[in-house]
Amino acid sequence: MIRYLARRVATAVGVLWAAYTVTFVVLYLLPGDPITTMAGGGLDGEPLTPEAIEALKVRYGLDQPLVVQYGHRLGEALSGDLGTSIQNGQDVRTAILEALPPTLQIAVGGLLVAVVLGGGLALAATSTSLRWLRQLLMALPSLAVSLPVFWVGLMLVQIFAFGLHWLPSVGASGFSALVLPSTTLGLPMGALIAQVLAKSLTTVLEEPYVQTARAKGVGRAAIHLRHALQNAAIPALTVLGYVAGNLLAGTVVVETVFTRPGLGRLTVQAVGVQDIPLVQGIVLFAALVFVGVNLVVDLIYPVLDPRIAKGVPATS
Amino acid sequence: MSTILEVSDLDVGYRIAGGHIHAVRGASLTVAEGEVVAVVGESGSGKSTLAQAVIGLLPGNGAIEGGSIRLGGSANTTELTGLSEKAFRGVRGRRIGLVPQDPTVSLNPVQRVGVQVGEVLRVHGLADKRTARLRAVELLAKAGLPDPDVRAGQYPHELSGGMRQRVLIAIAIAARPGLIIADEPTSALDATVQRRILDHLDALRAETGTAMLLITHDLGVAADRADRVVVMSGGRIVEEGSVERILTDPADPYTRTLVAAAPGLSAPPTPRTPPQPSDRPVVEVGGLTKDFPLPRVRGRRGVLRAVDDVSFAIARGETLALVGESGSGKSTTARLVLRLADPTAGEVRFDGADITRVKGRGWRELRRRAQLVYQNPYASLDPRFSVEEVVTEPLRAFGVGGPAERRTRAAELVERVALPASVLARRPVELSGGQRQRIAIARALALSPDLVVCDEPVSALDVSVQAQVLALLEELQTDQGLAYLFISHDLAVVRRIAHRVGVMREGRLLELRPTEELFTDPREDYTRELLGAIAGRRRAADAVTTRSA
Amino acid sequence: MTELLIREGTPDSSGTAPGSSVALPTPPTRRERLRRLPRFLGHRPGLVVASLVVLLVLVAAFAPGVLAPGDPNVGVVADKLRAPSGAHWFGTDYLGRDVYTRVVHGASLSLQATVIAVAVALVVGGLLGLLAGFVGRWVDEALMRVVDVLLSIPAILLSLALITALGYGTIKVAIAVGVASVANFARVMRAETMRIRRSTYVEAARSVGTRWYVTLWRHVLPNAAGPVLVLAVLEFGLAILAVSSLSFLGYGAPPPAPEWGSLIAEGRNYLATSWWLCAMPGLTIAATVLSVNRISRALDGEWSRAR
Repeated sequence: MIRYLARRVATAVGVLWAAYTVTFVVLYLLPGDPITTMAGGGLDGEPLTPEAIEALKVRYGLDQPLVVQYGHRLGEALSGDLGTSIQNGQDVRTAILEALPPTLQIAVGGLLVAVVLGGGLALAATSTSLRWLRQLLMALPSLAVSLPVFWVGLMLVQIFAFGLHWLPSVGASGFSALVLPSTTLGLPMGALIAQVLAKSLTTVLEEPYVQTARAKGVGRAAIHLRHALQNAAIPALTVLGYVAGNLLAGTVVVETVFTRPGLGRLTVQAVGVQDIPLVQGIVLFAALVFVGVNLVVDLIYPVLDPRIAKGVPATS
Repeated sequence: MSTILEVSDLDVGYRIAGGHIHAVRGASLTVAEGEVVAVVGESGSGKSTLAQAVIGLLPGNGAIEGGSIRLGGSANTTELTGLSEKAFRGVRGRRIGLVPQDPTVSLNPVQRVGVQVGEVLRVHGLADKRTARLRAVELLAKAGLPDPDVRAGQYPHELSGGMRQRVLIAIAIAARPGLIIADEPTSALDATVQRRILDHLDALRAETGTAMLLITHDLGVAADRADRVVVMSGGRIVEEGSVERILTDPADPYTRTLVAAAPGLSAPPTPRTPPQPSDRPVVEVGGLTKDFPLPRVRGRRGVLRAVDDVSFAIARGETLALVGESGSGKSTTARLVLRLADPTAGEVRFDGADITRVKGRGWRELRRRAQLVYQNPYASLDPRFSVEEVVTEPLRAFGVGGPAERRTRAAELVERVALPASVLARRPVELSGGQRQRIAIARALALSPDLVVCDEPVSALDVSVQAQVLALLEELQTDQGLAYLFISHDLAVVRRIAHRVGVMREGRLLELRPTEELFTDPREDYTRELLGAIAGRRRAADAVTTRSA
Repeated sequence: MTELLIREGTPDSSGTAPGSSVALPTPPTRRERLRRLPRFLGHRPGLVVASLVVLLVLVAAFAPGVLAPGDPNVGVVADKLRAPSGAHWFGTDYLGRDVYTRVVHGASLSLQATVIAVAVALVVGGLLGLLAGFVGRWVDEALMRVVDVLLSIPAILLSLALITALGYGTIKVAIAVGVASVANFARVMRAETMRIRRSTYVEAARSVGTRWYVTLWRHVLPNAAGPVLVLAVLEFGLAILAVSSLSFLGYGAPPPAPEWGSLIAEGRNYLATSWWLCAMPGLTIAATVLSVNRISRALDGEWSRAR
């Protein structure tokens, strides 16, 4: 168990380091050098003089060889310093932490929507014995993952804010302002959870050990809850980890649609002005969240399936 | 004796994409209290469907379309067809116990086995949470599981296949049902384990007077265990009668082929005359050893010695069989001989030349002269290839002949394995298991090799098909002077085909002797145990004793 | 996530194979299968509609003039913000431009980006996966660690990072989306390659003397192609969504060029009064993605049954 845990943590740290390297390669190597890119513009940047560019390069350490830059920046990142925003000189870490609270609100809301909708739908679809109802319920998730998220958001605004006047269309004040963004964020993720859980429940319900349980005289509901759900939960948990890890990414679109402040909006602004340190900081933060969430998920696996801690493949 | 199960005129059908399959047609049978009735048939005969219908666990697309199933017993009689799901729940587990087919997948992997045993008692209100736990341990002990109190707290993956089957037996007998349905209960286990478990089940059953419906493909198992045998073919019951009558005087032609093909039941085949000893064997191995690294445990890396100092030689035209249970190292030995794996120590000589370490060109050259026929004809043929492509693949690999010549050769090869030339255009999926194995043999013969290694070549086939494939292998050997290395777990099959037999256990070759000598006068205890476990032996032995008495 | 979606069974395949107790019917020959096609489609009206939608979208992408002869960038200001009618099927926008014409012409740019994205992902991911799966050992270890890292960065953020570096425009958005889904293809291709490489029939081919590159070409690639093709079709749907998201955020082609995502972004300002400006392009995207997914599911079913 300790070995399992140690291995997971080591992997997580390795992935984070590699994520840093990938973002460094993408952001600092691809276009030649970032200052020139920045000098050319962003959305409303004015062209800079060559002297100003040189001064900026020295200030951001870009005049040094790449390897030195990489080592230097990695060292800073390890101590929690992600650099300063080029746009307004703000500390990147502070900028991220300041933008976080409103984003967390809709992220948690979205996760709730996803789990409740997805789990409920999967359980309902697999336990009904009506063929047409099952097919109808199972068609909903594939419909939901085919819709553009931003469009769903706009349509919800159209219907519930402008049409029925039940909820506000924009803004970040109060609980009612959370409902639409959370739903928009949670809908596609709930659809994913529903698809995977329903699929895995269906597979498990055909396993020979379920047949054994039925031969004992165990009832339908008890088989579903006592035998099938725990076995089926592993793939669903994997997807839940994926979904939770991607919540931040989802807010990029959702916060734009609902004009809410937060990390997603900060990202859009940073990309708009090609604020490289800020973009890198946000991407790293998202990777950190992803890795953290999946570490937690990895720790839940052995609780659900005793074979995992012993290194026995859980597929059989 | 009163009847516990009466099936009359039962029809079961499956709805499939674009059609309907009539899986059981007008089947009738009875089981008396305390009686064991075996339903024997090959795959597709409808025997499992019959069992599933009785316990009400047909797959979702299957349905009973006619007839009746009456479950009797001293207390009351119930008509099972058309019984509500809720009422059926009171029957399953309580009045009918099920011992399922494959113990490795029939227990919930995330629940402790004690809980799974206790569950039967709890759903039928025979115990509460606390007593269920105690009773579960008792039941596990009764099913012959050592250390039942420890085992009850373990998960299925911590138990061996045989132990898991005992857990399943404990589940089946827990509520003291009047009838147990055993669906191929031990076919996934090694023969010696299989025998011990069936013996134990017999004893338990005799003690409680429980009746059993035994579903099996193995007429030998049926003969050993049942009072009466019901033979099924194509969804119909073709014959029914006492074991003695079915074995000695089968009326139906299908039963006759089944009896004739059952390797354990028929009289020992006439020993095959070994070929003239030639001065040089085709293949010769000495001191062959293979280690596999095990996963690190507490920083130390152990090794598993899969093959341990094995030596033998095979002459031209000879069949040498290696027998053993799973994990005995017999398949690894075969792969080492073919150089599909590298030995840790020892040497392999092919036609006098040392090939233990050949690489590149020499290794490829060996592929021309030594071929392999796999156990599973479903997996060893590329599903996207046509039969012609499969058979000519070795020719293409060595650039033998042009397209036209290869085509002619393919037709010859297919003819030699007794298939019509029309199969050349088919794909493997369109053929039956026996036909596929013939194709695999044709491929092995394409380059006219000296040695063919057969790794369990018939164990995935029905018995009647087994007999045909074995006859084909013999015939090809006589025609072409092939040497066979024949790997098998099935001693009855080996007795039919091999000149000499080697018994392997835990990587070591225990004894290697001419076939008849080994079967009539085994030296090792382990060999004796293996021989004793051949299904059908018990009945054959009984017959001999009664005849001599 | 995509490989989780891909194995989703088709509802109509649930009722087959009642276990070992029934012999398999002999599969039909090619001609029989061709004859059965009309009946096969007759039972699946959704698939027929999906195919028609995809066909229409393809026509729109390659020959928009056939479906909408007008100029997408010229409008009659007097006719601005008209609701859908016989004259303007999808209504008109704030400059009086016909929304239908703009959606049809937008298909070209949006689909171009999608095709590039999928091609990048398929080629790069497929090769990486093939290499990892076929060579194995440390190559596999190393490549799969890279894939893990790519998977740990949410796709849209990876795309945004690439856009930050590369700049704006349809092609750049396409590349950014493609790179972000390389990991999916690499994973599926690796899994398939490994499955086939370890299969008995490949060992059988090796043991009759077939050289490794012949094995790769004749056994591994043809057998891996099916699942990877299914993924490519599925990924096509996801790429349409990703491209339109980035275009909605304003990173695509500069106005007035019509792109599906940017059309919705433009319509957003008139949401309260003119619902069709958002609804119509959105429905077009949804219909296209749904159709592509339906086709992917049909392919998946066919492949898995052919195996």
